[in-house]
Amino acid sequence: MNIQPTVDTSPKVSDEIRKTTCYMCACRCGINVHLKDGKVAYIEGNRDHPVNQGVLCAKGSAGIMQVTAPSRLRAPLKRVGERGSGEFQEISWDEALQIATDWLRPLRETAPEKLAFFTGRDQSQSFTGLWAQMFGTPNFAAHGGFCSVNMATAGIYTMGGAFWEFGQPDWDHTKLFMLFGVAEDHDSNPIKMGIGKIKQRGARVIGVNPIRSGYNAVADDWVGITPGTDGRFILSLIYCLIEAGKIDLTYLARFTNAPVLVDPDTGLFLRDDSGKPLIVDRTTKTVVAFDHQGADPDIRGMHNGAVTVFTKMIEHFLVPENAPEAVADICGISAKRIRTLAAELAHVAFDQEIRLPRKWTDFRGHEYDEMIGRPVSIHAMRGISAHGNGFQTCRALHVLQIILGTVETPGGFRFKPPYPKPSEIHPKPHGDATPNAPLNGPHLGFVHGPEDLLIDDTGHPKRIDKAFTWENPMSAHGLMHMVISNAHAGDPYKIGTLFMYMANMSWNSSMNTSSVMDMLTDRDENGDYVIPRIIYSDAYSSEMVAYADLILPDTTYLERHDCISLLDRPICEADAAADAIRWPVIEPDRDVRGFQSVLVDLGARLGLPGFVNDDGSAKYADYADYMINHERKPGIGPLAGWRSDDDTGRGPVNPEQINKYIENGGVWVKHIPETAGYYKPWNMAYQDWAVETGLYDSAQPYLFQLYVEPLQKFKNAAMGHGDHQPPDHMRDRLKQVMHPLPIWYPTATVENDQDYPLHALTQRPMAMYHSWGSQNAWLRQIHGMNPMYLPTKVMRDHGLRDGDWAKVTSPNGSIVVPVAEMAALNEKTIWTWNAIGKRSGAWALDPKAPEATKGFLLNHLISELLPAKGDGMRWSNSDPITGQAAWFDLRVRIEKAQPPKSSQPQFGTLKSPVGQGPKTVTRSTKEGS
Amino acid sequence: MTCLPKMTDKKLGLVIDLDTCVGCHACVVSCKGWNTENYGAPLADQDAYGEMPVGTFLNRVHSYEVQPEDGLAQLVHFPKSCLHCDDAPCVTVCPTGASYKRTEDGIVLVNETDCIGCGLCAWACPYGARELDGVEKVMKKCTLCVDRIYNENLPQEDRIPACVRTCPSGARHFGDLGDPNSDVSKLVAERGGMDLMPELGTKPVNKYLPPRPKDQLSSDQTPTQSLQAQADNPAGFFAWLDRTLEKL
Repeated sequence: MNIQPTVDTSPKVSDEIRKTTCYMCACRCGINVHLKDGKVAYIEGNRDHPVNQGVLCAKGSAGIMQVTAPSRLRAPLKRVGERGSGEFQEISWDEALQIATDWLRPLRETAPEKLAFFTGRDQSQSFTGLWAQMFGTPNFAAHGGFCSVNMATAGIYTMGGAFWEFGQPDWDHTKLFMLFGVAEDHDSNPIKMGIGKIKQRGARVIGVNPIRSGYNAVADDWVGITPGTDGRFILSLIYCLIEAGKIDLTYLARFTNAPVLVDPDTGLFLRDDSGKPLIVDRTTKTVVAFDHQGADPDIRGMHNGAVTVFTKMIEHFLVPENAPEAVADICGISAKRIRTLAAELAHVAFDQEIRLPRKWTDFRGHEYDEMIGRPVSIHAMRGISAHGNGFQTCRALHVLQIILGTVETPGGFRFKPPYPKPSEIHPKPHGDATPNAPLNGPHLGFVHGPEDLLIDDTGHPKRIDKAFTWENPMSAHGLMHMVISNAHAGDPYKIGTLFMYMANMSWNSSMNTSSVMDMLTDRDENGDYVIPRIIYSDAYSSEMVAYADLILPDTTYLERHDCISLLDRPICEADAAADAIRWPVIEPDRDVRGFQSVLVDLGARLGLPGFVNDDGSAKYADYADYMINHERKPGIGPLAGWRSDDDTGRGPVNPEQINKYIENGGVWVKHIPETAGYYKPWNMAYQDWAVETGLYDSAQPYLFQLYVEPLQKFKNAAMGHGDHQPPDHMRDRLKQVMHPLPIWYPTATVENDQDYPLHALTQRPMAMYHSWGSQNAWLRQIHGMNPMYLPTKVMRDHGLRDGDWAKVTSPNGSIVVPVAEMAALNEKTIWTWNAIGKRSGAWALDPKAPEATKGFLLNHLISELLPAKGDGMRWSNSDPITGQAAWFDLRVRIEKAQPPKSSQPQFGTLKSPVGQGPKTVTRSTKEGS
Repeated sequence: MTCLPKMTDKKLGLVIDLDTCVGCHACVVSCKGWNTENYGAPLADQDAYGEMPVGTFLNRVHSYEVQPEDGLAQLVHFPKSCLHCDDAPCVTVCPTGASYKRTEDGIVLVNETDCIGCGLCAWACPYGARELDGVEKVMKKCTLCVDRIYNENLPQEDRIPACVRTCPSGARHFGDLGDPNSDVSKLVAERGGMDLMPELGTKPVNKYLPPRPKDQLSSDQTPTQSLQAQADNPAGFFAWLDRTLEKL
């Protein structure tokens, strides 16, 4: 018998745990950072955090390797070689900030719009937006325009909130979870936790996605839909449900604008003198305002020739082209299966109704003894939204949820504070620049008609990205993907300085990457760069660094202050409001500064209002100082916690606020009372709670908008009505797409489908967040290269085997890439992982790294412009309503290719400003590594 | 040759639910993070930023496609680490006694001070669950977080393997599979938990819960009364509606 060794089963875990917020993707989980001798020893999930409740994904656990990443920038950099060469000189912060001030001050004094400030995957937009507003430029946005603005706007215009941070499935009660094309970096741990939870209960999951991976791999049923046809499929589900009368008539009558009367001449709502939409009360048979106390709205009401939204909706949806038989081929789903899926939705919603014994009172004064739930929950994200028909598709999905009565009811989809929030109480967009003065209001917002567009009297766009113009009127997140292209073209005008943060625009964050590199390095007739100056802030040696003139090196997320604010993209739960901080759990070992603190400094140097005191001195020492002391309005600041003794969310500045957050694990949570937990838009208990918490200034009950009146206003303008008229060449498109009820239309990125028979998509891997993952020694071993996955039939048709190479061609160009077979894939779809491919020399990787030699981007195949129409116009490859980048409208053909030395195209090796990473890593505080 | 204990007091192990594993690799990285810092030598990564990065991992997730004869193709995510076999061939093959199975809980460990890095155990393991560290040249394997599960410096709720604590979808369960009344044993009984390659006679302690049948939704199973057509045109629908509203 062997003698069993003694094992130390109780080693010391760490000296200290510091709790902060993850930034390895957009999910923003709570993390416990274990420290030994002041060094990060281990990162795990924070059990007390509302987002992740202790769990943590691969990215989060690998955060430790972000700190030691050799790609980390070390000090401010000044370009000394040609743009794009990677030739830099390290300079001091004083010099860097002086250069930036010298470039920016003249723009502010003469033409603030000449600064284009776009902040990518920024999680501090309420702050960066304020800075841009005080600077006075209209040209600010983050990356929402190329991410998921269709989903956000369709949700907010339709129901006052959307998926992701706006709401979540009722994981505790749902019996059927239907998931459409999700983006893995959005709510990723909560969705995994939710799927695990409902499967444990025996509830079912249906996945609708061309690709059966990730969540779709564990879905009980997989619907491998053809890309871009989700809207058509959803309209057919709506058709089936209406045809069978399986819609929640009571819910529609009470909580939506189904009973609102529509003027037969204008298509606009009949309204009373105070502007409230009118309904017919079934009891009194009179016409009253929608919120009339005690009214019983009639969905079949009529008045002077006006009929209800509901009547128009039935006439719109119940037409032969929406029948399953009419949509089956284009969607790649049999008619029988569509009917089966509709039957399942109806069965769960109506035959498995749930009732919670919670009394509540609605805004008309109706009292209810219980909360009725229709336990179908639906979630979606970028997959259905990154198409030129994405806004209307997302609208259709919300209408499907609403006719089933599954929004804000038990078992359905629930909003998270500060949502629900009607579109009317969001700001409108502002774009009037004045030298030496702030912009006339916040940049981004929600338009309610043509009068809200940001165009001047001659019809000229006020913003560089042409957001809020006739080309994309409801572009609530801007169009970051058009900034470089437009600035290079001088369309609508030339700019002076392009200032960007956390957006890899010379690589994976741009469409048409090779052309963008040309635009960034192009010179005019005088030999000057067409885009004169570029300032960029990043923590790492990304591809974009090489294309900037001045680099402001950021810290990692473990070395900085941040606030995850209710003013911004919050982290709330359906049962609680919450916000959180990041704080420096370690100090940086190099000459880098948190970008937000740098902006505070620049704001003071430039004398921006809100950043200086009356005597001209700096108002805030750094971002932490701003987080504590800034007030958006009295009693409301970036952080809601510990503002007052009763901790409502409102209250005076508390100098100890950040310390209180740190004591409480970095997060503040305020629970919603049980009686306010569902039916929030109409539930007076919730409305009162939201006012107390500072989410609204007064109660804001509202109706879900099945029929979106602002869309009709744009349509009317296109028909020639009103003072604000689109240019003639825009009229036909506006008449087609600005439909107040959801429609589907094919997206046209190619003239002839036969030439480009395949759809090409990307997906974000669960273990990687855009381009950051590849510098991470652990994560790159999981996703070090990205084959192009082809469906079995396409592999056979082209005589391809795993490891072969293929040339993939779109109207914009060709790439040559390695292929792999995937059977669980829509047969007209090919796909690859997003942002694995790297430019040789970037991210401190060996130029021979597989990310550079075998990895590739689909971006080269995607033009930021649609094919020319012969009218001389540059038509953006974006949703015509919101401007969302239509990444997923890409059409391609493939052919077998001889294996090249490296994937094609290649662009030469960038000179790394930080050298290359070490050969061997043995990560341990014991080894001192 | 090294001997296995005749029996162990407990059979600690993992139960991995293939029905809910979404293949996110959270367990892989959490394991790497804990174990490179704790038991034994750190888990090295060679050519970490280079052409052929090769690191030591104690747990990896593989993905397999399944093509049923009649039906849609499926993708199964399959996390794999040491199964802490009762009849562990990696132990009996060890020439120095470095590999051993603990009598108290059945965990299979490598005593790194006695390991000569010969690699015989990795050859003997039919599951490919052992990896020789490229820097330290000692054999590394899943310890079932023996330095967590009894660790008095951790709160009770955290005395579980790192992979179990972190798994977002709750697909990993830890417990005593020798106790028929433990939660994990009950789960195995309920869900038809399986041994991996039982024909090899290794008697693995870890169990896998098979994926539930997929794509079962058909009109045969969905109550058809849920979707009986009332009217396929607006006029017919409104006639039906007016009758229905009368009753509301």
